[in-house]
Parts: sequence; structure tokens; C-alpha cells
Amino acid sequence: MAMDIRKIKKLIELLEESNLAEMEIREGEETVRLSRWPKNMPMMSAAPQPTHYQVAPGAAPSPSAASAVAEANQAEPKFEGQVVRSPMVGTYYAASAPAAAPFLKIGQLIKVGDTIGIIEAMKMFNPVESEVAGTVIKILVENGQPVEFDEALVVIQ
Amino acid sequence: MLEKIVIANRGEIALRILRACQALGIKTVAVHSTVDRNLKHVAMADESVCIGPAAAKDSYLNVPALIAAAEVTDAQGIHPGYGFLSENADFAERVEESGFVFIGPRPETIRLMGDKVSAITAMKQAGVPCVPGSGKPLSDDAADNARIAKAIGYPVIIKASGGGGGRGMRVVHTEMALLNAVAVTRAEAKSAFSNDQVYLEKYLENPRHIEIQVLADGQGNAIHLGERDCSMQRRHQKVIEEAPAPGISEKQRAEIGEVCVQACRRIDYRGAGTFEFLFERGKFYFIEMNTRIQVEHPVTEMVTGVDLVTEQIRVASGEKLRYKQSDIVMRGHAIECRINAEDPNTFMPSPGTVSRYHPPGGPGIRMETHLYDGYKIPPNYDAMIAKVIAHGPDRATAIARMRVALSELVIQGIKTNIPLQQSNMLDQMFQVGGFNIHYLERRLAEARK
Repeated sequence: MAMDIRKIKKLIELLEESNLAEMEIREGEETVRLSRWPKNMPMMSAAPQPTHYQVAPGAAPSPSAASAVAEANQAEPKFEGQVVRSPMVGTYYAASAPAAAPFLKIGQLIKVGDTIGIIEAMKMFNPVESEVAGTVIKILVENGQPVEFDEALVVIQ
Repeated sequence: MLEKIVIANRGEIALRILRACQALGIKTVAVHSTVDRNLKHVAMADESVCIGPAAAKDSYLNVPALIAAAEVTDAQGIHPGYGFLSENADFAERVEESGFVFIGPRPETIRLMGDKVSAITAMKQAGVPCVPGSGKPLSDDAADNARIAKAIGYPVIIKASGGGGGRGMRVVHTEMALLNAVAVTRAEAKSAFSNDQVYLEKYLENPRHIEIQVLADGQGNAIHLGERDCSMQRRHQKVIEEAPAPGISEKQRAEIGEVCVQACRRIDYRGAGTFEFLFERGKFYFIEMNTRIQVEHPVTEMVTGVDLVTEQIRVASGEKLRYKQSDIVMRGHAIECRINAEDPNTFMPSPGTVSRYHPPGGPGIRMETHLYDGYKIPPNYDAMIAKVIAHGPDRATAIARMRVALSELVIQGIKTNIPLQQSNMLDQMFQVGGFNIHYLERRLAEARK
């Protein structure tokens, strides 16, 4: 079974709460490796993300092509509330500049049109505006994370 | 060798490119639209990135999204496949400007060959025989155009400079019909290609479509890999392709092949490409060049043993061609039948869920398809869902093997043109070979009476 996002989120929490710099978990043929950056590292680091929604099944062939595809598609769980999705491919930034305060905090009240993040692609920075008003209950992406079109970014209620 | 490649395409060709990359140990990034998450090659790729909604203009034709996907995955090269942006010089240029390798010719070459008028001019200068024509775009001067058409001799065909692949064309038999036909073709061209430039050519009444495959490394080395006969067509779209072309002698092949190789050197071609000709009464007439891998490349691969997609990637990685002309020998005969998700009689597209897919097998049989049991064909893209290729020591054996393969092939849940392809294999004229590009449509029209 491919690693799902809930498991990966749990592992990230584990890493953050601990004193570990790195952890690597293997489950069957799949491996996830998490690395923590030191606190004084600039936020807009060019380093690749250690985790990704679409973790490849590795060398293990699936029992059938259809089930492999079905597994890959199970990555996203259901959310309570309205999901703001990425309108483009790029790198997500949670603040307008490395030293600036993030656009969002959990529990923050936002209006329609408020900027919830910036997506950078081809050296251009595109603000993402919320189409709904409400309270931020979940932030699903991290600063510097690559995002794809339609990827769930933030949950608002 | 490139280490990571973005496959900027979908369906069977994306899977073909992925297989070549995986065999070479190259990491793959599958970019896809929202409705293509379930594509087989997406499940197999090392990474995948959703680049946009279903509409091609917002996904597979979305240049910023494609380049952004290459950026976020740290890819090195982008393979455009066929169709979509594969012959878009601006895309090739932006890919290179963004620091990635475009797997194909240089942008200038794509631009030169993409404009059909400039391509013909370049080919004439290179000594490639062309169809008698206006040689330049038509002006708005009706009298001048009538004069040009008369000099060529009716019937003539009006073609869009920005067109190609059988689109943006109209035949004119008399001077009276010319003025109107030019206007209509211009309007169609403007709408389809954002370019209303048109030119004239002599309309060959019963030609065959024979094309030459070339490979060049951009370092002075170029070879040809023989010809393909693609005369079985419906509405200018190829239905069956084969290699070699029946009735073409070794001498003819060497002569036209050498002309194409010289042209490649002259325009400093890089990568895989195809020179398309109309062949009538023993003469070749150049119509256009496709600066990309083509749908029907497998038949050339089967008879020559050369893996064209792999060679594209090698050349793009900076390697010299590892084949000399003398290494290219045509062995046996190969036929490809395109399988489309369409009604076999009305040709209406038939998207939907493939409830059961079972491929054929046996000696000389090759399946190129992204289908699997339960795969849902989206309605947003073209109808071709598979290619069946049959190779044999001679043409009759290839046809017989194809006949068996088509009877073994199972695609249930949607309509396909398998019955049409089966009737093609049993057709006497097809079995004799050497038919022209109008044959299939005439036969279908006869059958409807």
C-alpha cells in the first residue's frame, strides 16, 4: 500500500517534536525520508522537498496496472470545509518575503480576495487569493513546497 | 545522458517515451491534466505533476505550466512527443531559455519547417523535388492568383502555410471556383492556425503517400532509415502505415534517402524527423517535413531494429549518432493499424470505460497502448487509443499476423475501428499493395451505396 498523506503528516509531526535531524521509514518496498532544516536556514531554500504526495511504488510491480493507479489516486483525504486549490504549477511560499510574517495562521479569519500564499513559477510570483471567506482550519502545504495544479492548499470553514 | 526528463504528452506516446527513459535509467516526470490522473504512464513515472484542467489549451498546451513542472521537479530535458507543442518553435525556444533541453531540433529548424512555404523554399534550394506550386504565399490579387493557378494547371490545391498534418486544405478544379475557395481556406486557416497565409500546389490525382525517416545528431552526422507508405487514409488522417513501401526499389530508396540526408545536413537538422512525399508515376514530390517523432515510427523500428525514441534522447544528451548509413538494413515487412475509440461506421468518437482489454501476442506482434482493464477514456483528446504492429519476413506474413492479432485483440466497453481494420486486412487491393491516398475513402463510399 502506498504511503498516504495522513501517515506522512504524522511522521512530519514526529520529526518536528523530536530532536532528530533526519528520519527514514521503510514499509515493504517503499521508503520515505524526512529531513529537518536548521532553524536559521533562509525560508526560500532551493533544496528539494523530502516528501511528496506522489511517492512512487518503487521497483515493486503492482498486481495490476489498475490497482496501482487506484493507489496513487488515494493520496488525498476528504476535508471538512472549503478547500482552496492551487491554480497553477509552481513553488508555494507562505509569506511575501523570507523574513515576513506568514499570510495565514490556523484560526485566522479571512475575507474573499485575501492572499493565502504566493506561487512562484518561471521567476514570476503569483499571489493566490481566496474565493471564500471564513476561518483557516488547515494549512496543507509548507513554505517552499512544489505544488501542482488543483493541489489542496488551505481549508477554510 | 540526461538524468531526468519531463514527458510533455499523454496516452500511448507518453508511455512509449517513459519506457525508453526507464530502460536508459533516466528518471521520469509525468505531467498530466486533471482528467488524466489515471493514465498508465503517470502511475509508472517517478514523479507526476498535475498541470491543468482537462482542456488541452490549459494543460498540454500550457507553456508556463509545463516549464514550471520542469522547474519544481528539477528536470533536465523535456520530450514533447507528437502533436501538442512538439512542433511549436516558441515552446522549444522557451524551454531552452529556461535552461532545459528540448528533445528535438533547434527552434530555428522547427520554425523553418513549420512554415510550409519556407520549408518548400528551403527544400528546393537543397535539391529536394517538390510539387509544382506557387512557391510563395498567395496575395490578395485575384487576377495574379488565377494566373499562378493556370500556370500550375488545374486541379490545384490551396494549402495553409501554418497548417500541415492534412488540415487547412482545399482542392479547386476550375478557375471559377478559385476566388471563393482561397477566401474560405484563408478564413479556416486564420481560425485554426492564427495564420491566414495560403499557397497553391498542383493537385496530384492518384498519389501515394511515402515518407522518409531521418536521424541526425546536430554534429554533422545524418542517416535515413528508409521509407514508410501511409497511403491508407481517411480525411487526410492515416489509418494504416507500413514499411517498406511496396514496389519501391532499393535504388529508389537510396536515391531519395540520400536527398533527404543532404537536406538534413544543409539545414543542420538535429534529432528524428520525417520528410513527407507524394509519389506518383515513379516520382517523389516533397510536401512537408515533420520535425518530431511520428505516430507510425514503430514500423520503421521493426524493420530496421533501431529504437528511434532512444536515439532522440541520446542525441539530445549530446551523443553522436551511433549508426552509419551502412548499418541501416530493411528486414522483412511491418504494418501498423491505428485503433481509434470511434464508431466503425459513423466514425463518431466513442469515449468511455474500457471494461475489458486483452492484447494480442505471438511472433512479430507489438502493441503500443496505454489501455488497461477499467481505464476510462476521457472525451477531451483525440480518439487514437492503440497501435497494433505486425512484423513478418514478408508483406503477406505481416498481413496474416495482423489479421490474427486483430481477431485476438479485445477492447470492450467502447466502440472501436477494429472491424474496419480487419476488413482492410482482408481487402484484395490492400493485399496487392501500392494503392493511392484516395483508395480507402473511395472504398468506404462504395460500401455505403
